[in-house]
Amino acid sequence: MSKIDLNDISTMQYDVLKELGNIGAGNATTALSKLVNAKIDIGVPNVRLCDFTEISTILGPEEEVAAGILLMLKGDVSGMMMFVLETEVARKLIEMLGLPAKDTNFDEMELSAIQEVGNIIAGAYLASLSNMTGLTIDVSVPLLQIDMIGALLSVPAIEFGKISDKVLLIETKFDDEKKQDVTAIQGYYILIPDVDSYSKMLDSLGM
Amino acid sequence: MCETIKVGMADLNVCKEPDQLITLGLGSCVGIVLYDTSTKISGMVHVMLPDSTKIKNNENKAKFADTGIQELLNNMLELGAMRSKIVAKIAGGAHMFTFGACTGEFMQVGERNVAAAKEILNSLKIDILAEDTGLNYGRTIVFDSVSGMLKIKAIGQEDKYI
Repeated sequence: MSKIDLNDISTMQYDVLKELGNIGAGNATTALSKLVNAKIDIGVPNVRLCDFTEISTILGPEEEVAAGILLMLKGDVSGMMMFVLETEVARKLIEMLGLPAKDTNFDEMELSAIQEVGNIIAGAYLASLSNMTGLTIDVSVPLLQIDMIGALLSVPAIEFGKISDKVLLIETKFDDEKKQDVTAIQGYYILIPDVDSYSKMLDSLGM
Repeated sequence: MCETIKVGMADLNVCKEPDQLITLGLGSCVGIVLYDTSTKISGMVHVMLPDSTKIKNNENKAKFADTGIQELLNNMLELGAMRSKIVAKIAGGAHMFTFGACTGEFMQVGERNVAAAKEILNSLKIDILAEDTGLNYGRTIVFDSVSGMLKIKAIGQEDKYI
């Protein structure tokens, strides 16, 4: 089995991981696009090795509020997948899904809707990953929380902190055509497989 | 001049009057403040896991409740704090991602972090003056070495002082 050393990733391995992120995010974004009937672009995936102490700041200031949907992965590939949306974006998604617009806190119904969106999107991401590598990925029920980004990311940080001081993650940003516009749909996919899973993914692709 | 010193994840820092210590977006991690009521020398540690002896990779002392609190205490004593006057306040240890089903033991890490912090403070005979722990939301905590108050900010809630 090909070994991956988190501190010494070859350019080749790096490119393959980036491509995996690209395909996963591509598929997920197509699903999202259909769901809300809008064109959404994805950015170039970032394969990042970060000190887990940095993880709480990768998406922006720790105190910024966002909706995080977390899925636990098991099977050949284990780890976590997180889908992060700004709260404004989450609200817009809810409207696009046909629920009435409100300014108050999210109610149960709306939270369920966001959770389901996360489920569909993350499912599409992971399905393409699984197809390409031939590896099985079992996904947990999506867990949702709307809170400070730092607090959301503390969960994967703790989980990976048990094993190492570094985390390798594949992060992809998406954006609709309006880009900087206030009505733009923006968010992030973050895939954080554990070290063994990285080896399996690279292995399955003949690396 | 009052400085605000940031304490990151798995990090610790000490300060003297009139400085402040801050940790942003505390989730399931626990923030422990130690405070010498006589000299006002203060310290904050942001721990992620309860027990360093259960983990192989444990060089980073501030990552664990057991080694983190001890290290913070040592640093404060070095700075001239009086051991007998040191008291503690703790915050954090939330149960994150509660909407949806609970899956497995990783969800209880916040609770275990709080329990571990209390146990260690107890064994070091340091009184816990106040706490704001558990529940299901993230917190930003700011400690003021002058007043000895710990300010807790959470989304959609009024600031709390403990």
